[in-house]
Amino acid sequence: MADTMQFDLVSPERQLASLEARAVQVPGAEGDLTFMPGHTPLITTLRPGLLRVESAEGDKEYVVSGGFAEMGAGGLSVLAERALPREDMTQERYDEMLEELKSQYQKAKDNFQNEPGPVDDAAKLLSDMVAVGGHIGLSAGNAPLPG
Amino acid sequence: MPSLKDLKNRIESVKSTRKITKAMQMVAAAKLRRAQEAAEMSRPYAERFNAVLGALAASVGDSDTAPRLLAGTGSDQTHLLIVMTAERGLCGGFNANIAKLAKQHADRLKSDGKTVKIVTVGKKGRDNMRRGYGDLFIDHVDLTEVKSVGYANAQEIAKNVLDRFDAGEFDVATIFYSKFENVVSQKPTAQQIIPASFDAPEEGAEPSTVYDYEPSEEAILADLLPRGVATQIFAALLENGASEQGARMSAMDNATRNAGEMIDKLTIEYNRSRQAVITNELIEIISGAEAL
Repeated sequence: MADTMQFDLVSPERQLASLEARAVQVPGAEGDLTFMPGHTPLITTLRPGLLRVESAEGDKEYVVSGGFAEMGAGGLSVLAERALPREDMTQERYDEMLEELKSQYQKAKDNFQNEPGPVDDAAKLLSDMVAVGGHIGLSAGNAPLPG
Repeated sequence: MPSLKDLKNRIESVKSTRKITKAMQMVAAAKLRRAQEAAEMSRPYAERFNAVLGALAASVGDSDTAPRLLAGTGSDQTHLLIVMTAERGLCGGFNANIAKLAKQHADRLKSDGKTVKIVTVGKKGRDNMRRGYGDLFIDHVDLTEVKSVGYANAQEIAKNVLDRFDAGEFDVATIFYSKFENVVSQKPTAQQIIPASFDAPEEGAEPSTVYDYEPSEEAILADLLPRGVATQIFAALLENGASEQGARMSAMDNATRNAGEMIDKLTIEYNRSRQAVITNELIEIISGAEAL
């Protein structure tokens, strides 16, 4: 069995990566999962998190903000809503993304007073984003952790 | 008969017009290349996205629990037209063509007794449609400040539209934009985005891979459909951007050529009148000499 697979990371605006990877760790909505060559076909949505690629050229990390991953016979494609190489992730950009999720959360809280569903979803997105900041050493400032 | 000085002034003014149109043409050409690149870059995402979404929709589509974005609201009484045009003019028939298509569409819907609502993106389309359709406007998205269209812009528009959909303001949404075919031809296009429609998989095609889904098919579909709206709007915005620059480029190319022709014509006229003046002077001198 081949020990590498085709890996593509695309965002709506551009293609970030297209290479032969040994393994890719993806922040799935239900938990992290690692895809290796020969993985069963799977489609999963993503949560904000870190995506780690292992390839012959070394490891590389990307910050993704949601989207989905498709593992098929041809390899793994990750379609991220927004994706950035980890080293391009500045505090400024991070703050921006965080701010967006915060306002979403606030809006969800205002709009759906008696339905926990959307509020919980938004809260989860926000706390995932805060967690990403912790991983890559950017401060989430005084982001109120949704309780 | 204009004087020599008038002619000279006119030639100068047409020359400077030609300089401007020539410059605009070159700027449009450079922008066109960028716009085409942007459209090119976004294609892999859109293609994959639609493939996955199409497969999902096919397997979930017929069930009663299908999301409303896919199955529709069960009515098609209220239509939302999203008319996307440029913020600037001087690009030939680009804006007018999109507006015309949208107007025809609106007229047809109105004569069928449907309610029509219009959201405009881009100033020119709004100006063009204000007369006669102004009372149908419900919103306007201003992109004047935006230098290069990003996915965030598309997301904003999509969010606006989806909020209205969730509030039950309309049943069917259609976007109007111009498809970029090549520099000289841009095709105004109408595309229905809500409820989503996908190309059915080809008959007899190999059954595609059976996927596992995490969390579930329905949950993924519910997550992806709103993104699909944004993706389609983004693709349309990019097509529109490329079309606008293409249209401007050929319009300015024409204008430059026309200015050139005009300069030639004026120069001939100028030379003729100059010749006439000289001839006149000569006649005067000769007849003066003869009279002596």
